[in-house]
Amino acid sequence: MIMASICSRVVFSRSLLLCPSAFLTRRNGALFCTMQSSGTQTVTKGEMSKTPMEALPRKQTKVHEGMLKDYEAVIGIETHVQLSTLTKAFCSCPYMYGSQPNSTICPVCMGLPGALPVLNSKVIEFAVKVGLALNCELSLNSKFDRKQYFYPDLPKGYQISQFDIPIARNGFVDLDLPIEFGGGHRRFGITRVHMEEDAGKLLHSENGTGSQERTFFYKLSPGLGSNMKCFAMVTEFAVASFQYFDSIVDFNRAGVPLLEIVSEPDIRSGLEAAEYAAEIQRLVRYLGVSNGNMQEGSLRCDVNVSVRPIGQLEFGTKVEIKNMNSFSAMHRAIDFEISRQAVLHNEGQVDEIVQETRLWDEGAQRTITMRTKEGLADYRYFPEPDLPEVSLTREYVDKISASLPELPEMKRRRYEKMGLSMQDVLFLANDVNVCNFFDAAVEKGADVKMAANWIMGDIAAYLKNERFCINEIKLTPEELAELISSIKNGIISGKIGKEILLELVAKGGTVKAIIEEKDLITDPVEIEKMVEEVIAENPKQLEQYREGKTRLQGFFAGQVMKASKGKANPVLLNKILLEKLNANS
Amino acid sequence: MLSAAAQNPRPLLQRGGRKFNLQKCRRSRHFYHSVQAVSSFYPQSETLSSPSSSSEILTIRKSLLSRERKAVEIAQNYLNRLRSTEPQIRSFLHISQNVMSEAEQIDRKIERNEELGPLAGVLIGVKDNICTVDMPSTGGSRILENYRPTFDATAVRKLRECGAIIVGKTNMDEFGMGSTTENSGFQVTANPWNAERVPGGSSGGSAAAVSARQCVASLGSDTGGSVRQPAAFCGVVGMKPTYGRVSRYGLMAYASSLDVIGCFGSSVADAAILLEAIAGHDRFDATSSKREVPEFTSQLEAAEFLDSKPLKGLRVGVISETLGDGVDSGIVSSIQAAASHLEELGCTVKEVNMPSFSLGLPAYYILASCESSSNLSRYDGIRYGNQIAAEELTSLYGACRANGFGSEVKMRILMGTYALSAGYYDAYYKRAQQVRTLVQKNLKATLTENDVLISPAAPSPAYRMGEKKNDPLAMYAGDIMTVNVNLAGIPALVVPCGFSEVGPSGLPIGLQIIGAAFDEAKLFKVGHIFERTLQRCRFVPPLVDKDV
Repeated sequence: MIMASICSRVVFSRSLLLCPSAFLTRRNGALFCTMQSSGTQTVTKGEMSKTPMEALPRKQTKVHEGMLKDYEAVIGIETHVQLSTLTKAFCSCPYMYGSQPNSTICPVCMGLPGALPVLNSKVIEFAVKVGLALNCELSLNSKFDRKQYFYPDLPKGYQISQFDIPIARNGFVDLDLPIEFGGGHRRFGITRVHMEEDAGKLLHSENGTGSQERTFFYKLSPGLGSNMKCFAMVTEFAVASFQYFDSIVDFNRAGVPLLEIVSEPDIRSGLEAAEYAAEIQRLVRYLGVSNGNMQEGSLRCDVNVSVRPIGQLEFGTKVEIKNMNSFSAMHRAIDFEISRQAVLHNEGQVDEIVQETRLWDEGAQRTITMRTKEGLADYRYFPEPDLPEVSLTREYVDKISASLPELPEMKRRRYEKMGLSMQDVLFLANDVNVCNFFDAAVEKGADVKMAANWIMGDIAAYLKNERFCINEIKLTPEELAELISSIKNGIISGKIGKEILLELVAKGGTVKAIIEEKDLITDPVEIEKMVEEVIAENPKQLEQYREGKTRLQGFFAGQVMKASKGKANPVLLNKILLEKLNANS
Repeated sequence: MLSAAAQNPRPLLQRGGRKFNLQKCRRSRHFYHSVQAVSSFYPQSETLSSPSSSSEILTIRKSLLSRERKAVEIAQNYLNRLRSTEPQIRSFLHISQNVMSEAEQIDRKIERNEELGPLAGVLIGVKDNICTVDMPSTGGSRILENYRPTFDATAVRKLRECGAIIVGKTNMDEFGMGSTTENSGFQVTANPWNAERVPGGSSGGSAAAVSARQCVASLGSDTGGSVRQPAAFCGVVGMKPTYGRVSRYGLMAYASSLDVIGCFGSSVADAAILLEAIAGHDRFDATSSKREVPEFTSQLEAAEFLDSKPLKGLRVGVISETLGDGVDSGIVSSIQAAASHLEELGCTVKEVNMPSFSLGLPAYYILASCESSSNLSRYDGIRYGNQIAAEELTSLYGACRANGFGSEVKMRILMGTYALSAGYYDAYYKRAQQVRTLVQKNLKATLTENDVLISPAAPSPAYRMGEKKNDPLAMYAGDIMTVNVNLAGIPALVVPCGFSEVGPSGLPIGLQIIGAAFDEAKLFKVGHIFERTLQRCRFVPPLVDKDV
């Protein structure tokens, strides 16, 4: 099911094969390797593209749309979601992305002899939330199993996972495709959701000898808090042997809770796949169970793609794609892979589609072979004897169910009913924070369409420029509602409204205070005086106006505005001006 | 041998079945004769003023509190004996440097009239698979040579909190895999009763150390009999508590669903005091029980206050399958004598049948091997332990594990890996789990009709060194008396009950008393009364008898 670890495994043996001259020495209990590494930060990138086994999809550029119409892609996705619990799944270590290597480890997540896992109950809670949100059947009695394989980033030699009784199964997720791609509603099946622990991470050394990193690691040890004293010892003691060939193992991530979400093979295109992943991201963010960040690896997708001629019932040979760091990369990678396979079908070379794992090469914009000959890995699963079975009560599940927030699909359907266009709906519902802001503004009485427009227009532009999230700005939903009603009631013009908005967004404050501060003229007597003065000063234009050149109203309005230094209430101004202009005709 | 065992569990089953299916045994005649009839098995020569079974821990406490002796004197006394006997016994892999300084601290506490923990000044040996922060902990394996844990096992922490002095780490079969302590990666331990005999295993070092009075009491671990069988071989008391009674945190896992930390003492009272100290729920072990721990010791009555039938009404079941073919006649007679003894103490003794008895052994070896193949995966040389230079990853793993593990461990890893492999899981692991459930049900039912069950702790007295070395199946078969108790997760106490023969060459024999889950208190009570009323037996090996 989870092939991520295997991916790294092969990288290693291959990189070593590629450097037969690599020789190893042993110093101070650590292994050093003289071969140069590529200097990439994670194992899954870089070196892979140099593999000689590459079978290039020929004529890729010549694929024409017509040919693709004869084939259908079948896509299934395994998504790993890192849960944002305060502590790891089976110990009390915190996890923070980007922490110094091996600074958040303990005997349990290091797999030291005698250490035992104890389940963090938040993991269950989060898994139940996701299971319910994905419309799954929950297993009230489930258990953990051990999945066994060897790899340097796997401290215990097995991963605590769930095998035959996942916590949730047989669900589905609903989503709306973007309008720019033709729109449409889709429902994709969810096969299962299960809990497991993450492995550590291999870091390549920059210079190949690893000695600098070793010093670096030693420097780390005293910096671990006082309550981590014994762990510091772990680090110090173990650092010498963490070194593995030209890599260093960082165990910070080891033991971090993951949910693996497996979809049914219901997906048919790169777009659908990317939208499915985006919906999973929205869902976990709405639920607050994960930050869903793809770049940080909090959301990872492995995609299985096969292609078959339309009308054929059985699936084609499936190919797994990895290493896609964004939704758009997923979209492009899958579409590339579909055409690659379709071309081979079309040219009668179906045999060349082999069961393999391919990587998305962002630079070359294509998938490349990572490893072929997918042997059926035997993980020798058996029930984890260190953890009691997981039993959920109906009440517990019902309580969580009742506490679930409004989820993206419900949100979208509600917005649709409110009269918003699909474009608006998708924009607003995309981000849980934006939704909350919008909902709050509407609740405070803001006009639905106007609130949507302000959020999608000026506010969104500001957020984009300043790289802010909507809840980081100073503008409150209450003030947005106030601003909108001020415009609607003619107290300020749209133009002034925009000025006020930008001020509110950057500095905060209230609409009323800013109007006052701007010293806006809303007194009809004062405006009347200014109107009269302007009319008196421009007799020629007045004559022309009264002869029928009514367009000149704009000229007069401009003059009054100028005289008021832009502070006259525009609605009032126009009303009074019109009265005066038409007074004696 | 290896491949035969690994590919098919049948040879095990058949062998176990043939050897131990004791339905045909001749027990139709009167099984329990009077004590006189079997008393000839007790050494007649020894006449002792005081029984050897009085609590050494209570004696130490009394003499410290009365300021009759100082903790340093007591410690020195034990260390002297340890130094003089260790060259022959070799029960310790590491001896603490801090024994005297810790004893001094106890003395200072006494001087300042500070409160003393219940184990103050008591020298305790700890099996080497139980983590200690101040001493290496290798689990008897070369793969962890010089490994120093960063934390104390919960049981060790609790002992220290009670004032105990951890005297050292005791020898064992590598990771608990063996029944003779000959599979230690470091040294072979001798039985204090006879240096040519093994002390049993896997907690052989802990049993031998208590037997030779190198320490007052010790911790062992029991996965399939590793506390009880060596206790029987060395003539000491061994307690295997209910699974979950004692935290496993800090115990290097062999078979997680069977492992439990147990206690050795020279008396039932000492074992009870020790268990009381280490038992209880631990938030670091999800399988540790939240059941309250009773005060085991307060329920033990002094021998002088015992009435003539102190165990009146106690229903004792003798497991008939454990007293037939394949069991030494000396063992059978000793257990029969013990049964008579219990009858004299007021118990109602009857035979019980356990049809699933012989099934436990093969099931145990499959489950234990499966779990160990997984538990031992962490010893890969990457994070700790010895790392061997290699050219690529697979060879690194191969070299580390080939060099670090002994042959018995490798065999069990292979058996376990095989049994868990795709296509074999149902035939082995799953089937063994079904047998386990059957054994559990069977024992539970028998224990509702009986308060305790009794059997020998081993089918023979201590083996000769090397006797089972080339016949692993014979060694495995020796565990027949004990494995069912682990499969059921219930407690059992082993108390010395006699000798294999009269005279100086007699080897101790252990009586196993099995109770229902969390019923350790009853076992201690029965064991204590049995021990205090056992006449003309003194379980102090001749080696050290003169100075005890």
